[in-house]
Amino acid sequence: MIWSQLPQFFVSGLTSGSIYALIALGFGIIHNATGIVNFAQGEFVMLGAMTMISLTQVVGLPLLVAFPLAVLAVMAVGWLMEIGPIRRARSNNILILVMITVGASITMRETAMHIWGKTPRTLPPFSGEEPLVLGNAAILPQTLWILGITLLVVILLGFFFNRTMVGKAMRAVAENRRGAALIGIGVYRMTLLSFVLSGGIGAVAGIIVTPITTMSYSAGVMLALKGFAAAILGGYGSMKGAVLGGLLLGAMESFGAGFVSSAYKDAFAFLILLLVLFIRPAGLFGKEEIKRV
Amino acid sequence: MLRVKNVSAYYGNIQVLRRVTFHVNKGEIVSLIGGNGAGKSTLLNVISGLHPPSAGTIFFERQEIHKLAPDKMVRLGLLQVPEQRQIFNSMTVTENLELGSYSLPKKEQKRMAKSQRQEIYALFPILQERAQQRAGTLSGGEQQMLSIGRALMARPRMLLLDEPSLGLAPLVAQEILEVTCKLRDNGTTVLLVEQNAQTALEICDRAYVLEAGRIVLEGTPHELLANDEVRRAFLGKDYKEKWER
Ligand SMILES: Nc1ncnc2c1ncn2[C@@H]1O[C@H](COP(=O)(O)OP(=O)(O)O)[C@@H](O)[C@H]1O
Ligand SMILES: [Mg+2]
Repeated sequence: MIWSQLPQFFVSGLTSGSIYALIALGFGIIHNATGIVNFAQGEFVMLGAMTMISLTQVVGLPLLVAFPLAVLAVMAVGWLMEIGPIRRARSNNILILVMITVGASITMRETAMHIWGKTPRTLPPFSGEEPLVLGNAAILPQTLWILGITLLVVILLGFFFNRTMVGKAMRAVAENRRGAALIGIGVYRMTLLSFVLSGGIGAVAGIIVTPITTMSYSAGVMLALKGFAAAILGGYGSMKGAVLGGLLLGAMESFGAGFVSSAYKDAFAFLILLLVLFIRPAGLFGKEEIKRV
Repeated sequence: MLRVKNVSAYYGNIQVLRRVTFHVNKGEIVSLIGGNGAGKSTLLNVISGLHPPSAGTIFFERQEIHKLAPDKMVRLGLLQVPEQRQIFNSMTVTENLELGSYSLPKKEQKRMAKSQRQEIYALFPILQERAQQRAGTLSGGEQQMLSIGRALMARPRMLLLDEPSLGLAPLVAQEILEVTCKLRDNGTTVLLVEQNAQTALEICDRAYVLEAGRIVLEGTPHELLANDEVRRAFLGKDYKEKWER
């Protein structure tokens, strides 16, 4: 009976939803600081996972050491991407900057293919594989890790944006670049910080999700599209929207796959993306003033 | 204190500033008067580092500043209060003020933030009443006060005010001018940009007239008020007086 599986759908929706939420947050942070869509967001996720796989399985580092190192490595990639192509373009033209992120995304994917090959890889779960059975739902320990770490990231980001001077300055840049520049906020530094931060969050998403799935050089593409759909659903650029959009998309996908067919699982994200764009382009929490271009 | 020499600037192919030269001495209020589209805001943006000049040099104290980024200017103590206020509408008055001190060293931010906010509330008491309100909900005058207050949080040595009385009720405009005088008396140098020559000439020590991107006149308020051209162009008195004669 399908109704008895509802809790299971819910748990799996929440799990993938957390990942989409993290990716959507990454999109939002860069968007807010720069106004651009970063097409390499999915590659941040993939690079985080692949680096983690190498650090644990090739170098043999323990999880607790490898995790932060992998995150730092992808933050460095974000940093290089900004001080390299993005800054050197010396352009305020959004379209040019977006095309640069497309180029960066392709470069990262190809490089990853040369380093890690085409075979999908995976990571062992952080702690055991014995599922916890709660009523009708079986919950993998990794699911708890995913939910917990996502929650932690969201709380830390909330603290950063609402309580610290630098976080507030980033919000100021998002709201009014000129006003921010006039009080001495270095807009370039905020842009750089946004790429580093997005790289780190992307890497976290990739590292925590890989144990329940697989990762390959090209897996970032689909993840980015899901995260993008989540961001649109929540309202592009809204942090609250990114989290709720991610969870909602995960839930809809999971219930859709359960009730309709799992063959269409990936199609749901795009259906939702299109519906939102038709019905309410600003998303759930976005500002109404978004224009069609 | 501020020395602008032969500065030209363009938007695309259109020249907006033509070899502008002027200076502001320490402790002065200098007015820059000009009609709509004369290039006043562009000039301030060039000084603030938001718009690159095509030629010319700008010195702030002894430092050449025309190649510096806007945030460097702020760190040198040169703050612009822009025409459109550019406050952060979704944030509270307190947060806006807090961000104003972003350019100060971390230690000072913490130590001084509160007492400095109090100083600004003393200048603009209404801001204290609105402290927890979002900046976007303030009236035009209050937003202007917030914009000035936010700039003051950076402890400027020189303020560039771009039409601070624009669109405000006369009483509010008067209040802002009074505060401008107070700031000067406390040692802040001021460059005041105005279309409204009457009010600007009332409080300044010296003034320049900008027309189509060129400085066409300079002098003390007394000299300028006696100048027929100024009277005709900015005070609207000349014709009337002639007709009545
Ligand atoms: N961003 C811009 N792009 C193109 N032209 C501009 C821009 N800003 C101002 N201008 C033009 O430059 C001239 C001077 O503008 P501005 O400096 O704003 O004058 P003012 O502040 O004295 O009214 C005007 O003719 C205006 O149309
Ligand atoms: Mg102007």
